[in-house]
Amino acid sequence: MGVFSINVNGASRSVEVEGDTPLLWVLRDNLGLTGAKFGCGIALCGACTVFMDGKPLRACSLPISALGKSEVTTIEGVSGPEALAVQDAWVARDVPQCGYCQSGQVMSAIALLKEIRKPTDHDIDLAMNGNLCRCATYVRIRAAIHDAARALER
Amino acid sequence: MRRPRVLFVAAATALLVVLSAAAQRTLGQTQTFAGADARSIALFREAGKVLLNPRCLNCHPVDDRPTQTDRMEPHRPWVVRGVDGNGAPGLACGTCHHAANFDAAGVPGNPGWRLAPASMGWQGRSLGAICEQIKDPARNGAKDMDALLHHVSEDSLVGWAWMPGGRRTPAPGTQAAFGALMRAWADSGAGCPPDKAE
Repeated sequence: MGVFSINVNGASRSVEVEGDTPLLWVLRDNLGLTGAKFGCGIALCGACTVFMDGKPLRACSLPISALGKSEVTTIEGVSGPEALAVQDAWVARDVPQCGYCQSGQVMSAIALLKEIRKPTDHDIDLAMNGNLCRCATYVRIRAAIHDAARALER
Repeated sequence: MRRPRVLFVAAATALLVVLSAAAQRTLGQTQTFAGADARSIALFREAGKVLLNPRCLNCHPVDDRPTQTDRMEPHRPWVVRGVDGNGAPGLACGTCHHAANFDAAGVPGNPGWRLAPASMGWQGRSLGAICEQIKDPARNGAKDMDALLHHVSEDSLVGWAWMPGGRRTPAPGTQAAFGALMRAWADSGAGCPPDKAE
């Protein structure tokens, strides 16, 4: 066991865990931030997507000992124009069905819009390929990202 | 009674001469082969056991998609090379791959994790074509032979092939042995196997 001081959603938090504990476990079990979901645990589904220093990260793929001084942002703490545009588009399109994967979908969509302001269908497919949705809401996800991109133009 | 013994000695002597000549041909310095030195080609073929190993080939695709596992299956999830070998915007390699292997999630890692450049795609190519490719500074990232030998001997991402973690089969041998083979290949003329049947 070790004590790790980590920066999550702008606040410094201290946790006592084994160094090889995945970040996702720390977020959910130690810090109570359950927005990021456990789906596969092997970086295949995207349900646990958070940001590390502003870039998308599968929280199941990183041991807490490797986090260092990086800043983690979860869906509970994400903000900014892209986040607002995606949130509005998601609500307007009624994107989620069961909703389990949606926090990961939303985080990946925000990350894409930060990099490409007006993504094409191809851009969206490439960025969102790593986020699986067993309800197959992919068509609505893609439409909502286009809506969010248009909203950001205004 | 003496004749069989004489015949045996003569036959054994002849066999030794033949075997010795064969051994010299196998690793000889004089036999040429399509303009290149046979010993050099033999050395490159040995190094080719590493180059054609899935640990190396998986991230040397000729198209935009890496493969994975010992069976070289398409990478899951669907990822692409991107402009710099680090993936598409929004789904970079670093989304899942970090500075070290993380066996709890089954995810391999290295500080330099990325795809080889498209000009260094190896999958489906012959060993001869790969040989010409890695010697060509126009395709190998502007490396001269010294830089190439340093790369194969010292590069950490190349070295990952022998420390892949999880249940991945490591590349054969060691990086040091691979580097020594490549240096011997370079020193012997850097000959490339011909693409056509020998």
